[in-house]
Amino acid sequence: MTLHNLDQLYRQVIMTYAKHPHHFQSLSADTGQAVTKYNPTCGDLIKLTLVIENGRVQDLSFDGDGCAIFKASASMMTDLINHKSIEEVQRLSQQFSAMMTDGQTSAALGDACSLIGVRKFPTRIKCATLSWHALDELLIQN
Amino acid sequence: MQSRESYSMKECRADFPILNEKINGQPLIYLDSAATAQKPAKVLAKVQDYYQHQNANVHRGVYTLSQAATDLYEGARNQVQAFINAADWTEVLFTRGTTESINWVSTAYGQQHLQAGDEILVSYLEHHSNLVPWQVLAQQTGAKLRYVELDEAGRLDLVDLRHKLNPSTKIVALTHVSNVTGVINPIAQITSWAHQVGAVVVVDGAQAAPHLPVDVQALDADFYAFSGHKLMGPTGIGVLYGKKALLEEIPPVQYGGEMIEYVGLDEATFQPLPWRFEAGTPNIAGAIGLGAAIEYLRSIGMAQIAANEAQLTTYALKKLGAIEGLQIYGPTNGQNRTGVITFNLADIHPHDVATALDQEGIEVRAGHHCAQPLMRYLGVTATVRVSLYLYNTAAEIDRLVASLVAIKEYFVDDFT
Ligand SMILES: Cc1ncc(COP(=O)(O)O)c(C=O)c1O
Repeated sequence: MTLHNLDQLYRQVIMTYAKHPHHFQSLSADTGQAVTKYNPTCGDLIKLTLVIENGRVQDLSFDGDGCAIFKASASMMTDLINHKSIEEVQRLSQQFSAMMTDGQTSAALGDACSLIGVRKFPTRIKCATLSWHALDELLIQN
Repeated sequence: MQSRESYSMKECRADFPILNEKINGQPLIYLDSAATAQKPAKVLAKVQDYYQHQNANVHRGVYTLSQAATDLYEGARNQVQAFINAADWTEVLFTRGTTESINWVSTAYGQQHLQAGDEILVSYLEHHSNLVPWQVLAQQTGAKLRYVELDEAGRLDLVDLRHKLNPSTKIVALTHVSNVTGVINPIAQITSWAHQVGAVVVVDGAQAAPHLPVDVQALDADFYAFSGHKLMGPTGIGVLYGKKALLEEIPPVQYGGEMIEYVGLDEATFQPLPWRFEAGTPNIAGAIGLGAAIEYLRSIGMAQIAANEAQLTTYALKKLGAIEGLQIYGPTNGQNRTGVITFNLADIHPHDVATALDQEGIEVRAGHHCAQPLMRYLGVTATVRVSLYLYNTAAEIDRLVASLVAIKEYFVDDFT
C-alpha cells in the first residue's frame, strides 16, 4: 500500500478540522447574508452565512456537503475571518489564493497553511478553494 | 466458461497498450470504463492507417484517394448497422456522441411533433444528456415532463410506468442501462406498451451498446443513441439510429456542405438519408475507428462479453458487499445489470476515497455521475463508481477491495 503519500494531503490537523468542523450549521437560517456555491464537477456544496456589522465579521456559519479537504478548508477559513475587518478578510483571501496558486505561505493563514499539500493533488485544489470563493462572492455583494 | 474467461483476462489485456501504464508508481487499474473505454491497439492502428494511407475528404473527390476514404467511412456505417441489427443502413446517422444524438431527436423530431399538453416520460435513472434536452423541449412546447419512479432495488417501477403512459404521452425517453447503478431496463417490453398509446421511444444506449448484444429491431426502439468512445472507439463519434419512416419525416438539424443536392440562390434541395443529417465534413477517422472497435468487439462476441462481465460483476458485488460499512446503491445481485457499481464507504467522502485509490493506481469516478436527480432520489450527494469492461480481472477487484479496506482504516481509524 502506498497510502502514506496521502499524509501530505490529509495531515492530522486537516482531518481534525474535517471531523469536527467549526462554525458548522451554527447560525439560524435567517440571520446574516448568505451565498451558496456549488462545484458542478464533483458536487461539493457550501452555504456560507456572514453577519457583518460596522465593517467587521461578527458571526458566521457554513453548511453544506463535501469531502474532508473541503470541510477542513471551510472550517479553517471561518476561524480565521471571525471578528476580522473586511479589509483583513480580503487580505487573507488573497494570501490563501497566493498559497494555492504559487505556493507562498504566510503566517497569517495559521492552520490553513497545512492545506499547501493539496497543491500536489491538482484535482483537489478546488475542494480547498470553494469556501474562499464563496467568501469572495459575499464580499463583492456587500 | 473458465477457458473463455481466461481468454478475456489474459489475451485481451494484451490488446490494450494503455494497461501497461503506471499511475503514481502503481500498475494502472482502470475502473472507469463507463466514462470512456480504453482502446485496443487495432483501433489505434486503424485510425493511424487511415491518416497515413487513405486520408481524403469523403463524398467529394472524383479521385481514387477520396473514393478509398469514402469506402472506409461508409463501410463503418455498414458495420454499425450489423452491430445493432438495423433494418437498413440509411437508418444509421453519425453524430458526435450520445448527447448530440439525443439533441437531434429532441430538436428535430420533438419540436415538430409536440405541443402544449403533451407528455414526455423519462425516469429518475437518466443521465443529464437524456434529461436536459427534454426539459428544454418541454419548456419550449408547453409539454409536461413526467418521471417514472424506481423500486427499492433501484429498478424502474413498471407499474408506475404503465400508469403514466397515456394517449398524451408523445415521447418516452429512457436509458437502456443506468450509468450509475448498472440496471438494465426491459426496453422491448416498454416499447410495446409505449407503442400501444402511440408514443415514440428514444433509447439512450450509451451504457448498453458497449456491453450487451443490441438489436434495435427486437427492441422495436424508434431512436437509439450511443457513443463510440464508450465502446473502445475514438471520442467525437457517435450514432443515432432512427426508424426510416421517422427519419424521413424530420428536417435536418444542420445545413451546409455534404447534406445538399442542388443549391440555388434562395433555396436548396437536400440529400437522401443518411447524408441529409450529416452536414459538413464528418468525423471520418472517428467513424473508421468506431468500425474497427465494432470489429474487435464482434470478434469476441457481444454475448461472450456480456457473460464474462456478468461473472466479474457478481464477483465484485460479493467482495465489495463484504466490506463492513460499504453501501452499494442499486441491485446487489448480478442479475439484469452490467458492471457499473456505485457505493459509499463508511462516512468517507467519495472524493477522498477516489484520491486514495488513485494513489494505488486505481482509477474510479467520484461525484454525481451526471445524474443529479437520481442522486437526490437515492438521498446522496455523491458516490464512488467503479465500472468494468472486458479487460478487467478478478485480481484487479481483489486489489480494489484490499485498497478500500486500507482506506477505511486510514480515514476512520487513524483520525478518530
Ligand atoms: C447513460 C449515458 N447517457 C449519455 C451519456 C453521454 O455520452 P456522451 O458524453 O458520449 O455524449 C453518457 C456518458 O457520459 C451516459 O453514461
